[in-house]
Amino acid sequence: MNGKQVWVTEEPLSPGEIISRVTRRDAGAINTFIGTVREFTKGKKTLYLHYEAYPAMAEKKLQQIADEIEKQWPGTTTVMAHRTGRLDITDIAVVIAVSTPHRDASYAASRYAIERIKEIVPIWKKEHWEDGEEWIGNQKETKPGVPTKEESR
Amino acid sequence: MNQLLFFAGLKEAAGTENVNMDLAGLTVEEVKKKVFEVYPSEQLQTSMVAVNEEFAGQEHKIEEGDTIAFLPPVSGG
Repeated sequence: MNGKQVWVTEEPLSPGEIISRVTRRDAGAINTFIGTVREFTKGKKTLYLHYEAYPAMAEKKLQQIADEIEKQWPGTTTVMAHRTGRLDITDIAVVIAVSTPHRDASYAASRYAIERIKEIVPIWKKEHWEDGEEWIGNQKETKPGVPTKEESR
Repeated sequence: MNQLLFFAGLKEAAGTENVNMDLAGLTVEEVKKKVFEVYPSEQLQTSMVAVNEEFAGQEHKIEEGDTIAFLPPVSGG
């Protein structure tokens, strides 16, 4: 237990422990998103992934996302953790848990969190295949340069 | 003095993860050009720049002691 709301770690993530951090008496819904390492991407077999982060900034940006969620869906508690280092197929890369008074906001906030992570959190993954490796970037096909005010808010 | 940080593919292209340069007074755009002269990686052009762990625009002016990070398009999650 580190008492944090967001963090980046090389240690395996425990969804149960993260869910317990958003569990509270005034919540009627807890929504959990677990991002895992997929074996095949567009027919190509991945052996394992390597995640790298700019840890200090990544945690700042995760906190920013948690704050944005609280503003947009008041009464939401958000806890997010992202793993770095080598991850094998089916390993958990990211866990997002949100608790809200009612279920609608829990789905919306959870979806918002993962999309924002893919936009503004400085974490990168490298796919390793049988015949090579490559850093993956720009999955959201955002334009190069600075995120718009809307994006970097 | 300013510390420059490179990440992911850019780190591999530059062959280093951090380097010190005097860049105070320059804008982010000027810094990119100057760094490109030393590390001519195409990835610099598509990278975002963070100054002291916050995204910075092209016009942002660098100050003494600032940490400047070059961030390729992110792919977390």
